[in-house]
Amino acid sequence: MKQHLSKQNRALLSELVRTDFKLRYQGSVLGYIWSLLRPLLLFTILYLVFVKFLRLGSGVPNFPIYLLLGIVLWMFFNDITNQGLKSIVGRVDLIRKVRIPRWLIVVSSSVSALINLTLNLLVVLIFLLLSGVDLLLTGFWLPVVVLEVFLLGIGLSLILATAYVKYRDISYIWEIILQAGFYITPILYPLSLIPEGFFQKTVMLNPLAQAIQDARYALVTHQTDTISSVYGNPMMRLVPILICLVLLGVGILYFKKQAKHFAEDI
Amino acid sequence: MNDTAIKIDKLSKSFKLPHEKHDSIKSIFLNGFNIKRKYEKQEVLDDISLEIKKGDFFGIVGRNGSGKSTLLKIMSEIYTADSGSVEVNGNLVPFIELGVGFNKDLTGRENVFLNGALLGFNRKEMAGMYDEIVDFAELKQFMDQKLKNYSSGMKVRLAFSIAIRAQSDILVLDEVLAVGDAGFQNKCLEYFDTIKRQKDTVVLVTHDMATVEKYCNKAILIEDGKIIEAGDPQKVANEYTAIHRREYLKKEAEHDKTQDTKTQRKTGASIKLHDSSQQEKNRFKPGDQAVLEVSWTNPTVKNVGVALLKRTGEYVYGTNTIADEFDISSKSLLYKIKLDISQGDYIFKVGFFGEKAEDKIDFVDKGPYLYIETDEDQDWGGITKLESEWG
Repeated sequence: MKQHLSKQNRALLSELVRTDFKLRYQGSVLGYIWSLLRPLLLFTILYLVFVKFLRLGSGVPNFPIYLLLGIVLWMFFNDITNQGLKSIVGRVDLIRKVRIPRWLIVVSSSVSALINLTLNLLVVLIFLLLSGVDLLLTGFWLPVVVLEVFLLGIGLSLILATAYVKYRDISYIWEIILQAGFYITPILYPLSLIPEGFFQKTVMLNPLAQAIQDARYALVTHQTDTISSVYGNPMMRLVPILICLVLLGVGILYFKKQAKHFAEDI
Repeated sequence: MNDTAIKIDKLSKSFKLPHEKHDSIKSIFLNGFNIKRKYEKQEVLDDISLEIKKGDFFGIVGRNGSGKSTLLKIMSEIYTADSGSVEVNGNLVPFIELGVGFNKDLTGRENVFLNGALLGFNRKEMAGMYDEIVDFAELKQFMDQKLKNYSSGMKVRLAFSIAIRAQSDILVLDEVLAVGDAGFQNKCLEYFDTIKRQKDTVVLVTHDMATVEKYCNKAILIEDGKIIEAGDPQKVANEYTAIHRREYLKKEAEHDKTQDTKTQRKTGASIKLHDSSQQEKNRFKPGDQAVLEVSWTNPTVKNVGVALLKRTGEYVYGTNTIADEFDISSKSLLYKIKLDISQGDYIFKVGFFGEKAEDKIDFVDKGPYLYIETDEDQDWGGITKLESEWG
């Protein structure tokens, strides 16, 4: 019985993701190309302004790829949480009319972000090859980093989606938090620009900062500062990972507690 | 062996309706310190207990707002109960609405697979049923068009065709019959015949007493969140009709207070319905005789017409005194009619005319109401019995 259910859930999840993907760029001429263009355009602007004009990251080898990888991972997180936040409220029709596990709706929205990320990472890979950077064996660690961001995104999505059912302010608040997050995470500037010591240490506790730096270390250059080099202790990596897991746990519990009332509360 | 499909024990449900909706954090700040928020508690279901056995065709009837749909949603685990328990044995598929999740920007084909997944079928299973679904819906040439180009009838046909393929242990249906044209409704009824034959467990919410009496083997009547009649579908249907009639008469009475002064001024009409033994009555069996007692005071009335209609509006039969060459100078008459009509709700309309049909003096649009009970001895079918013989 249990297995049968999970088979049903898998079928439903794939169908929801499929639909989501089909509908995402519905009516646009370029269609899926937009999912590649979005990070590339943002990259172009940030590259022009911050790298060419303001000369950020001039000491870092391959800074453009460094920047692009950061943007792609950030956008992944951005997409998961933004889509996750609105997923429950956006599917009132399903919530009120059919009996499907509610978490599937949240997870399906993050899975389509994950597919998007895969496409974007392919672009990063093409850039890597084009710019002649030596491919690093540590690149195989990248999926682990992606998994971390994915779990963080799902955890936050569960919390946000649940809260959003009752408090519609959440979407505005989250928008501001994301804006702030973009600047306090070392995405468009190298970590070395942050004063060493307290500030660097604090910033690196942010799971996204840790994940982005680790991804850069794994894929682009081993000169990247990571949380273990900032603290001088590789065990410190467990702190942001623990934060992710705690958020995921809180998200699951909160969502589970409230999910049965979604149909009435929306 | 457990033969219970659904067991509900002492279930209660109320909705909290806040006076001001706390939709934003601002309002929490403004009102949050005042911890006691003003809620209006609305009891929707109160102490409901019932048991549905496997193979039952179980009817839930009740007026709008009586709580029947809420009960259905709790059975389907869409809402949660405040107290009490719900036990479901087997795989339950709810149809609160047909075509849930249909997306207008997807093609018919894509919607079939999406809808199927929402009902619990994977792509392979759906692919197996696909041709059958399309054939049944008669939409073969439209399957690659987007749903937004479908007419509403086509959408309903597609949704219904998917729905009837859903094989599950327990099927929960909420007023599916309320949508669609006559052809579609017939398909629904055929489908009910099939699932009844297959001995599937079905829970059906409906307003249509004929369906309840024909298909259900058990039923409950819910009024104001309580079960007020349970068991025999016949009894439940009768009680439902009785409630409706009481309500109808009450409304009529109020209506008459305002309307009748006008009517009386014009014709001074009085219309009563009773049976052949002068008993005022509005429940009859097919074949009974009903007597309509009509009197008026207006001397210009030269012709009185009586019409019998189904409550749903179909005109069953009508005649008038001029056509039947009946003298009405006494300003009163008894109209006797043999009710060779089938189970259902009917209404009389009475018109008062001058010499010509155009001279309408008064028209009692909502005359006496009557209900024809189901008669097991009825040896004919259809709405009315016609004179016929075999030769």
